[in-house]
Amino acid sequence: MKSFLIDCRVGFFLGLRQLYRSSIWTTVLIMFIMTLTFLNLVVISGILVGLIEGGNIANRKQYTGDVIITKRAGEPSIERTPELLATLENMPAVERYSARYLKGGSIEANYKTRKDFNALPDTVGAQIAGINIAKEDALSGISDYVVEGRFLDPDSTGEVVIGANMLRRFSSAFGDGFDSLDGVYPGDTVKITVEDRTKEFRVVGIVKSKVGEVSFRTYMNMNDYRTLANSTDLNASEIAIVHNGIISDEVLKNMLVSEFGAGAKIQTATEAIPQFLNDIRTAFSLLGNVIGGIGIIVASVTMFIVIFINAITRRKYIGILKGIGVSGRAIQGAYILQSLFFALSGAIIGTIIIYGLLVPAFAANPLDFPFSDGILVATASGTTTRAVLLLCITLIAGYIPARMIVRKNTLDSILGR
Amino acid sequence: MILSWEDNVMIQVQNLKKIFVTKHVETSVLKGISLSIPEGQFVAIMGKSGAGKSTLMYQMGLLDHPTAGTIEIDGIHTDTLSQNARTKLRLNSLGYIFQDYALVPELTALENVMVPLLMQGLSKEDARRDALAALVKIGLGHRHGNLPSQLSGGEQQRVSIARAVAHKPKIVFADEPTANLDNAASKVVIEIFRDLHAQGQTIVMVTHEPEYTTYCDRIIHLDDGLVVSDEIRKH
Repeated sequence: MKSFLIDCRVGFFLGLRQLYRSSIWTTVLIMFIMTLTFLNLVVISGILVGLIEGGNIANRKQYTGDVIITKRAGEPSIERTPELLATLENMPAVERYSARYLKGGSIEANYKTRKDFNALPDTVGAQIAGINIAKEDALSGISDYVVEGRFLDPDSTGEVVIGANMLRRFSSAFGDGFDSLDGVYPGDTVKITVEDRTKEFRVVGIVKSKVGEVSFRTYMNMNDYRTLANSTDLNASEIAIVHNGIISDEVLKNMLVSEFGAGAKIQTATEAIPQFLNDIRTAFSLLGNVIGGIGIIVASVTMFIVIFINAITRRKYIGILKGIGVSGRAIQGAYILQSLFFALSGAIIGTIIIYGLLVPAFAANPLDFPFSDGILVATASGTTTRAVLLLCITLIAGYIPARMIVRKNTLDSILGR
Repeated sequence: MILSWEDNVMIQVQNLKKIFVTKHVETSVLKGISLSIPEGQFVAIMGKSGAGKSTLMYQMGLLDHPTAGTIEIDGIHTDTLSQNARTKLRLNSLGYIFQDYALVPELTALENVMVPLLMQGLSKEDARRDALAALVKIGLGHRHGNLPSQLSGGEQQRVSIARAVAHKPKIVFADEPTANLDNAASKVVIEIFRDLHAQGQTIVMVTHEPEYTTYCDRIIHLDDGLVVSDEIRKH
């Protein structure tokens, strides 16, 4: 034990001096390589996962909230909605909620300027959403996503906001897969038909979001909706809820399931993520790990080469140190210390760059992906795991060449044979 | 007059042979050398190039393994020692001075001298104190913070000597310590050896320069891997 401690101490003594008396440019270059390797490990997979995670965050913020209640399969609406809303109103953990009433319908535009009555009217199928305007905006901040015109006023009547994906000028990216309306702008009027009832509305705004449910709907206030749909049913189609953060999504969900689970489908935001998104996330994570794995191999080979060249060019001095009685373990310790320093410095500088620069930069300027705003996902646990992995691999990659050189015959090393 | 150190033999070599094998060529460098070196003796090993003098020193200094024969250092049979035990023996009992000084370039003069002391388990403060004392002794106390590259050849060799003796080894081996030095620096080095010898240090020095053997007690001449003369001197 005593000799082990002495070896460690001498290894530290030698390694430290080799580090701070070697070429500053070589040291900086190796630190730079290790930093890039660490960034490669964290950022590539972080961006790939972030493309999906950005979508999930937007989905939660703009559509589902923390918990979303929808109708059970085969049912027309959420049962006991008034009672449910009253409960939500009185739950301290619930910060805000919004009930949405949905019906399928159609929108006709450009009927006032239509010249050829033999041609088909400019009509598109649409999901009509009746909302409490103030509650919906408080929950999802939908007014922030109005790209033309304005959002509905709480007391507005006869007005609608149309999802951008219903309009050709916004939906061209989808190709011809969807029907859409030509040239509808704020101030235009459209006819909206639900079942057999048609009513004319003035378009006051266009709402555009990468969350499909937001951009494919047409919004109006509850009274207009009830009149149009001729509906007296107070049961909603979906209710999005945001809690106060003190409890978890799961806890809130369980509280609601116990009382209303029989008449509604209650899911956390995570559970409500479409399966295909989860599949993409898994695939992207895998891809990120593969790229990260290649990065680890590159890092270990780099460190091996760096230490090997360092050790081979210093072989004579290694021989001399052995000759004067320095143990092989102490000499190896000196090289392990250097590997540790390079790996640690790479991880620390990389972490500073990630959390001090890249994460805020991606948050401020997300990647414009068709179905999400891609962010950089770098969790503390994931980053720590990758840092530890880099350390371990680098230590091994530093130890092996040092051991190879140390094991050579002492005299051959001294004489350079 | 033949001096008698028979009671305190420091190095005992019996029938030492060393054969270098390179591909299909075998070169016999030491062909059965037997000698004993008593404690406190200053021995010069001389001979022309290729005579085997450095090879003999490396075997006695445990830097290499002989092909045949035995070596005892201070009564310890070295041929059965493990690698670790040989390293420990080198650390505790032997000191080396190489022709090209062999200082570690990233370490200052003081740090170079400290290394064997640290390996012996001394605290950093004690190692520093002893190393500095060794440097002062050879007149380089004021250069302790200099890197080898900032020292002249003679100064580097003196640092090398300080490193070899700071941990108070039983035997100091010097391989052509003046070969790379000018006359003045060589004389300084030899004077240091004389002082060390006067303090009772056993020294084995390989040299091919007769003028630097003035202070030696004994001169062993090698030729073609064999001892051809073994001259004891009285000062």
